[in-house]
Amino acid sequence: MVRLITHNLLACHVKGCTTNNFPLVFQDAQVEIHEAEFNEDFIRGFMPKIEWKALVDSARQLGDTSLPEEQPEMADDDFLKTLHHVLLEMHIEEGAMVCQNCGHVYPISNGIPNMLLAEHEIG
Amino acid sequence: MSRPELQAPPEIYYGDTEAKKYTANTRIQQIQADMTYRALELLNLPPDEPKFLLDIGAGSGLSGEILDDEGHIWVGVDIAPSMLEVALERDVQGDLFLQDIGQGFGFRPGSFDGAVSISVIQWLLNAETSHPTSSPPHRLTRFFTTLYAALRNPSRAVLQFYPTSDDQIQLITSIAQKAGFGGGVVVDYPNSKKARKVFLCLYVGGGGGQQVPKGLEGDVADENAVKFEKRRERERRREKSGKRKNVKAKDWILKKKELYRQRGKEDVPRDSKYTGRKRRTVF
Repeated sequence: MVRLITHNLLACHVKGCTTNNFPLVFQDAQVEIHEAEFNEDFIRGFMPKIEWKALVDSARQLGDTSLPEEQPEMADDDFLKTLHHVLLEMHIEEGAMVCQNCGHVYPISNGIPNMLLAEHEIG
Repeated sequence: MSRPELQAPPEIYYGDTEAKKYTANTRIQQIQADMTYRALELLNLPPDEPKFLLDIGAGSGLSGEILDDEGHIWVGVDIAPSMLEVALERDVQGDLFLQDIGQGFGFRPGSFDGAVSISVIQWLLNAETSHPTSSPPHRLTRFFTTLYAALRNPSRAVLQFYPTSDDQIQLITSIAQKAGFGGGVVVDYPNSKKARKVFLCLYVGGGGGQQVPKGLEGDVADENAVKFEKRRERERRREKSGKRKNVKAKDWILKKKELYRQRGKEDVPRDSKYTGRKRRTVF
């Protein structure tokens, strides 16, 4: 269950891969929608942490265009609901995440990404 | 038996059977739940605010379920695929990652409002290969520095673990401090052999004015524990020996009546199909 909320926090952690290592790009992603309970306080509290551009780009890549290009100043209820949907209800079940910088592939199977590194990649 | 971390690396020790056993065992569930609640208490999060937490060594999601119950959103990492499979079967709410915490995390700085870890970091104390990145100090350093980076300022991380010696506690705390953490070790029930629990209570930021909380003292609240019942054992032994028969059995009654008749006792009730039967309750 990779949700975009965690994807938005995830950078490549291969040794020496420090620039341009965020966000990881999805490859052959299969998306499933699982409904989750809407929690306004949480979304509001989480908003400042979001890298907006990365979130919008990833969401568009997965075929969801409901988010605006720029993060709006004022957050009304409708906007929070869309944000909730994108952050917490879109699950990537299969596919892979690729680092744009070093090209490391993190395969996702059964909704669990494999973040293990080979010996020479450990920092 | 020797400790699990001495037998095999975690991803092998927690194979399919062990992962199922671990999750189905109600005693382990109880202990994990108690420790998770205690860890949450030590995290000292503001009440009724949903937070974004990291569960290190989430395993089958025993601790994650409690985080769910408390209304938090969480991300779990674990190195054992079988444990994560059990977590998937149990349909836990958090995001799961297959990750070796000794290799460090790749989370953006300030991602999490707190971190909990139940019975995990003792696994970092064994070297699996002779490669320099496999040495315990290296793995611990990598773990603590990346964890420190992933936590918000101010926040806390509470890590429960089972040290075998004071040297291990010393090693772990010194590396955590080098990584930038404040805080220290909290020991619950230090005088009890069974209930003793070690929590590493680490702070990110907070101006250094934070005191490490006190460990719980005194006797263990034992009401949930199964009490040893000798009575049960005694009864089972008696049943097994088969010496004593049920007094109210029909043939026993018939035998007694026969005996009384032989002795010439009057008014011995005659035998019928009702002999030795129980009366109806309404009677």
